[in-house]
Amino acid sequence: MTRVRLVAWHVFKESVRDRVLFAIGGFAILLVVASVLIGQITAGQDVRIIKNLGLATIEMSGVLMAVFIGVGLVSREIERRSIYSLLAKPLHRWEFIVGKYLGLVGTLAVNVALMALALFLVLTWYNVTTPQGSFASPVPIVDPALLKVLVLITAELMLLTAVALLVSTFSSSGVMSTVLTLGVWVVGLLSAELRGFSVLTSSPMLGSLVQIIGTIVPAFSEFDVKAEVVNGRPPVAWGYVWMTVAYAVTYAAGLVGAAIAVFSRKEFT
Amino acid sequence: MTTAPRAVVVILAAGLVMLAAATLVARDRVYPRSVAETRELYLTSGDTIGTLSLGFDSVLADVYWIRAIQHFAGDQKSHLTTGRYELLGPLIDITTSLDPYFITAYIFGALFLAEPFPTGPGRLDLGVALLEKGLRAEPSQWQYPQYIGFLHYWHSGDRREAARQFERAAAIPGAPVWLKPLAASMFVEGGDREAARTILELLIQSEERWLRDLARRKLQELGPA
Repeated sequence: MTRVRLVAWHVFKESVRDRVLFAIGGFAILLVVASVLIGQITAGQDVRIIKNLGLATIEMSGVLMAVFIGVGLVSREIERRSIYSLLAKPLHRWEFIVGKYLGLVGTLAVNVALMALALFLVLTWYNVTTPQGSFASPVPIVDPALLKVLVLITAELMLLTAVALLVSTFSSSGVMSTVLTLGVWVVGLLSAELRGFSVLTSSPMLGSLVQIIGTIVPAFSEFDVKAEVVNGRPPVAWGYVWMTVAYAVTYAAGLVGAAIAVFSRKEFT
Repeated sequence: MTTAPRAVVVILAAGLVMLAAATLVARDRVYPRSVAETRELYLTSGDTIGTLSLGFDSVLADVYWIRAIQHFAGDQKSHLTTGRYELLGPLIDITTSLDPYFITAYIFGALFLAEPFPTGPGRLDLGVALLEKGLRAEPSQWQYPQYIGFLHYWHSGDRREAARQFERAAAIPGAPVWLKPLAASMFVEGGDREAARTILELLIQSEERWLRDLARRKLQELGPA
């Protein structure tokens, strides 16, 4: 486990030095803060806009980081030929893959935490400076329920990172990997619609086929509870959150396993 | 990694994915999500959505059309007592605003809207308005007044209005020749024999022999003026 931790730590250090991460992270924090300005022009819906925009920014920037950094996790090592020196060391291939995965997940978790902190600071400032009774929403401004959204966003990014890692093990083209990972993410966002497709078609075979695809693809749509939390209804139970996290962890473990299987077959000449 | 452990890893990975899917199913049983969240339409103006679509109007029109069909089909099976089909009109309106030449959306949308409750919202007025909107966008589409005629025939029972719409459709260049005898028959059904006679007398001058014969036969059936 020490070796896995070491690889993960290196990925973390390398990622935080990545300019892409700085660019996306910086832009996200700027947008979270700027949401206050946008909130001013929304006729009484300022808090709602700040929350919606802030959470969407955190999710979207996390997705971009997971995809753009994730697809290069393995392929970049191969491209730079640093893989030879790494594998020559007493390091199992599975340790390399698991370490890479945990390193990026750690980076993303820290980023989500920083952006969430920015959002909570903005909301706290707003709570202190805005006179009582000036907002229509019965939901508290600094709402602890926002943590549910943030936990689910982190779980979603965990799953997306696993997809990017798996793609990274077999695709040598960065563009191709990015398109493929984003494609899986988009299909995953439509998974609920795919699962419900069988009631809309008269062909049982087609309906079953689409339903199977909808069940198998990573269900990224299932992590979205932003609207419910921001509106305060219907309530989102913590049990729901943890079961969704369990889904993400299990699915991600399966994908990392698949990545290990692919990577262990790879021959480096 | 040798072949045997690799196979174990693959089987384990597949098993984990299946387990993940089962977790999701179990979660939905314990914590079913409210359907109300999907019954919202944040943007109702087709023009605004068109502006925001950045040139992907047609694709978005398809998305809204799929959503309209899902809403219609879903609410047909729904046990809701209030608010059924409430988004159908706006969804179809957005679809046709995004793509004003989407013939299927106009025709099927109008048929869906006019369908009586509980298999539809029973909004003949909205169905007719939708087809009129289509005709404004494309005045050469004789199908739109033809379907307005059908809607009146099926749902309001107003034969005269149906006949007037068939006549209106027949007047559009490119309309099929059978629309005029259809309008005539409808006038007869609606009790307006004079209007029917006028159309049939015009049809006697048709270049199509079958149409002339048909018009003659129908005139004989109508009897003397």
